[in-house]
Amino acid sequence: MTESPARTERGTPVELTDLTRVYGSIHALDGLTLHIDPGELVALLGPSGCGKTTALRILAGLDRATSGTVAVGGRDLTGVPANKRDMGMVFQAYSLFPHMTVRDNVAFGLKMRGRDKAARNRRADDMLDLVGLTEHGGRFAHQLSGGQQQRVALARALAVEPSVLLLDEPLSALDAKVRSQLRDEIRRVQLEVGTTTLFVTHDQEEALAVADRVGVMNQGRMDQIAAPADLYANPATPFVAEFVGLNNKVPATVDGGRAQVLGVSVPVIEGSLSAGPGIAMVRPESVTVAEVGGGDAGNARVTSVNFLGPISRVYCRLGEGDGAIDLMAQVASSLATRLTPGDPVVVGVEPTAVLVVAAP
Amino acid sequence: MALTATGSDTPTRTGRRLSVGPSLALLPFLVFVGIFLIIPTVTVIVQGFLENGRFSLSNIETLFTGTVMRALWKSVVLSASTALIGAVIGAIASYLVVSGNPDGLLRRGAVSLSGVLAQFGGVTLAFAWITTVGLGGMLQRALEAAFGYDVFGGSGWLYDMPGLILVYSYFQIPLMVIVFLPALNGLRPQWREAATNLGASTWQFWKEVGIPVLTPPFLASALLLFANAFAAYATAAILVSQGQIILPLMIRAALTSEVVLGQQNLAFALALEMVVVVAVVMWVYNWYLKRAARWLQ
Repeated sequence: MTESPARTERGTPVELTDLTRVYGSIHALDGLTLHIDPGELVALLGPSGCGKTTALRILAGLDRATSGTVAVGGRDLTGVPANKRDMGMVFQAYSLFPHMTVRDNVAFGLKMRGRDKAARNRRADDMLDLVGLTEHGGRFAHQLSGGQQQRVALARALAVEPSVLLLDEPLSALDAKVRSQLRDEIRRVQLEVGTTTLFVTHDQEEALAVADRVGVMNQGRMDQIAAPADLYANPATPFVAEFVGLNNKVPATVDGGRAQVLGVSVPVIEGSLSAGPGIAMVRPESVTVAEVGGGDAGNARVTSVNFLGPISRVYCRLGEGDGAIDLMAQVASSLATRLTPGDPVVVGVEPTAVLVVAAP
Repeated sequence: MALTATGSDTPTRTGRRLSVGPSLALLPFLVFVGIFLIIPTVTVIVQGFLENGRFSLSNIETLFTGTVMRALWKSVVLSASTALIGAVIGAIASYLVVSGNPDGLLRRGAVSLSGVLAQFGGVTLAFAWITTVGLGGMLQRALEAAFGYDVFGGSGWLYDMPGLILVYSYFQIPLMVIVFLPALNGLRPQWREAATNLGASTWQFWKEVGIPVLTPPFLASALLLFANAFAAYATAAILVSQGQIILPLMIRAALTSEVVLGQQNLAFALALEMVVVVAVVMWVYNWYLKRAARWLQ
């Protein structure tokens, strides 16, 4: 997660109000309301089918809301066709026109707007320069890597100076290294041009890294929208907590604003259960694992170890039988490499704030 | 595989080791290609240049005579016109098919029907047309009885070029549906959405993206249809029992004529001419196909 740099406010405000989208018996969107400030980058985060792409497509005009309104810059666009909405979009799969050169792809939107060829090419070259592909203007899509194609798609979307930039999982088809580079590139370019941007992703790290605010969607509704650091520290619902990595569920008892979790007293996040027994949602990096020696049985056993480079994931089981609790801890690999499945360990939690919810 | 003698019964392999398995698996195919493609082609080429067992260019010279050139021209006209009709109507039909529900009855039915009709050529097709709209055909007689209308107007066009064009189109159109559907399926919805998002109207999308992207597979399909019609024999042989209006019928005459004997080598030369035309067409077809594959992969 990186801290959001200062953004310019040259963009246009976006207002989605009470959007619903029904397909037969499925409610893809169920009363979604979202305001995006001028120049802001908002990421919609959620699992497949949560409605985030539907929201983006309705904003683009590529899908129609069953009810609700879409406004950009104070203008109601609800009934305006997609080709009149003045938006730029980068798609998940490569959507460059295969028979055109990179330059012609970037200039396509300007051609549709009747700009002359010289002006189109000048603007296309400027945009290619912005995404670092100046020398690739004469190539075709099949001659570019996946990352380069998405950079061209970004240049093409921005060439028309759209009022809103829409990014529909633009990094999901790329490998990890390219994804990380392009993610930073997108943020740099977005800050430079100051276009109001809606970024749809199912990748928590991606959303937290690039967005001014992250909205977590669940079953067509917005569960929580907040700045990345706030969302990470104070998830409002169990769904959000799980989505931002609080995926260990440990029995706890709440009393007086603190919870007892594995014998450790920890503060609780706002919105937690006020008192009584519940389930604490603990992030893997807050779970501690210590080796035991001298025949001590510890309080848990290692079930598996996943080596991830400098850090590792250690999976442990507390107790036996029906009451057993499975935990995932994220620890330094220097410790994890000394552990093998079956080893007794002592598992605890760090005294960081947790969300405690009622037991199901 | 290189082997060295070691003084024992067991050969020792040296150098690059070749796997025999895949080559053996390919053997039936290679035998098939040898018997049904290479040997006949070589025979046609060699025999085309022989006359009474000696090398001669006389058969090749005959290819440039008026009669043969007219037959070649008519073959080209028949193939080109049915390829054009088949390509245009088939492409429209394909578009209508892909516009429907991918799992719908219309699509599945149209694809299955096209598969059957594309193979419904030859004697059965010609017979079906003759018995339906031929001179004594059911429909022809019914129209004459009911309205006094003569489909032929006394011309017998079904048994000449217009008839061949009509009947060939019957299997060319479904063939186009089969070969052009994958190309239409390869036209990504994202291109349409990207173009729309960038301000293109439906017409602008087709003009700037859809038609240019589909042009190579369309031309490739049309060339395949051309080759298909150019090489077709049985349908024409049944419909046109007299005369040698196209090359395949001229080959038949050269091989079976009881009037002018000893023209077998001319038949080989005519076949060679057809091989050359089809080879050129297929070379261009492959060129377009490669481009289409690169764009629509």
